[in-house]
Amino acid sequence: MAVTEKKECCIFETEASWSYANSHLLCLKTGEWRTERPVVNREICNSCGICFTYCPPQCMVDDGDYYKANLEFCKGCGICAKECPKGAITMRSEGDYANECPK
Amino acid sequence: MSAQNRVSNQTKVITGNAAAAYGAMLCRPDVVAAYPITPQSELIEQLAQFHADGILDCEYVTVEGENSAQNVVCGASMAGGRTFTATSSYGLVYMYDAMFNTAGYRAPVVMINVNREPPGIHAVCSGQQDMISVRDTGWVQLIAETCQEILDLTIQAFRLAEDYSIQLPVIINYDGYYLSFLAESVNIPAIEDVDKYLSVLKSQPKRPTLIPGEAIGCGSHGIGMGYVELRRKHMAAMDRVMPIVDVIDEEFGQAFGRRYGGQIETYRTEDADIVLVTSGSAVGTARTVIDAKREEGMKVGLVKLRLYRPFPVLRLSDALKGKKAIGVLDRSICFGWGCGPLYMETKAISSNIGHVPMLSFIDGLANMDITKEHIGQMIDTIFKASQGDSYQEVTWLP
Repeated sequence: MAVTEKKECCIFETEASWSYANSHLLCLKTGEWRTERPVVNREICNSCGICFTYCPPQCMVDDGDYYKANLEFCKGCGICAKECPKGAITMRSEGDYANECPK
Repeated sequence: MSAQNRVSNQTKVITGNAAAAYGAMLCRPDVVAAYPITPQSELIEQLAQFHADGILDCEYVTVEGENSAQNVVCGASMAGGRTFTATSSYGLVYMYDAMFNTAGYRAPVVMINVNREPPGIHAVCSGQQDMISVRDTGWVQLIAETCQEILDLTIQAFRLAEDYSIQLPVIINYDGYYLSFLAESVNIPAIEDVDKYLSVLKSQPKRPTLIPGEAIGCGSHGIGMGYVELRRKHMAAMDRVMPIVDVIDEEFGQAFGRRYGGQIETYRTEDADIVLVTSGSAVGTARTVIDAKREEGMKVGLVKLRLYRPFPVLRLSDALKGKKAIGVLDRSICFGWGCGPLYMETKAISSNIGHVPMLSFIDGLANMDITKEHIGQMIDTIFKASQGDSYQEVTWLP
């Protein structure tokens, strides 16, 4: 729907920044901002979903039996860890994962 | 006979403000939101009267200030409506932040700005400083010279703003006091003819809009490359405005028999040695003086600037190329460069037109009349500069 003359790599298909919340509302990989990541201890977690409810950018995702953070968008704010009534979520420094292959 | 045709399809003596109101009414806006301000008040009173009389079928939102007015029309435009607002001076700068939003969302709002001196020194007087102050908000800006042109340009502005290849908000400027309250004979076209003129928009693809119940948004995530992409698209759309203004003017000429030259109007420039560039209501006076000087044998021409943003670089370069001296008459000032703003912009194209004497004239601030004598003086000064006499670059009149 954008009026581009040559084929360009566009984030938005439209002239203005129109987007759908259920597809590509998030155009930034905000996960790059993170210095700490939430790690869920599955031995303690009982899948109550409180972390899912509280996560501001809705990036705690249902992983079948448990919840985990979508690290592409998780900024590492730590609200999930703070709100978890079981204390199942800990914030770990990104430095601990420095040697992992980036996704 | 339709309610609209009781008041249209006729020639009437009306003010510039009324002409703008008639122009807006004939385009059947869905939403009008505006706040009264001198010298624009009569315009929105006239629109309110049309609304009360059942002639204008729209949502007429009486807001508490211009900032709200701009936000209302911006939102209504994003929801797919045809929207109109009008303001002046203090009102224009009061909606400054909202104007960036409207332009950034690419909402095709049409707005009248009745030129008046802006805040600082409380001048309830004419001057173009207000429109200069919103130069970089991303709006298209046009300037009208007569009451008829105000009406015609209002209709053309909807055609331009809503064009699928443009999708930009448009301001039509006209001189407060000189045109807002001047009554002239104005042809008010039949509403069916205006419908027909604007019908080309219906054949174009639909621009994206907000849809109730759908999780669709616009205007967020302007960080990093998303922002850069949108700015580039915005600038490309501005570039497309220049040629399309000429096309729309010609389409209008074919439909209504009135042509204005598109981006600029040239008057006796072809064989001219020297040219005066100006805009708005001063053009009429300048034309009379040019004719008198031609009688005396002086080869002088006139360029009327109709499009202010984007600046009509190519058309203006063509008109000024090869001239021996050029003068620009401004009704506002440009700090830092110590001259008139339109002069500063014209000077920026000197690499296209050759380095010849260029002179800035500042006149008509705060209702100081731009008289025939003043314009005569300007032309004489430009002429002397073209003959190799030394000249002063910037002249304040009176």
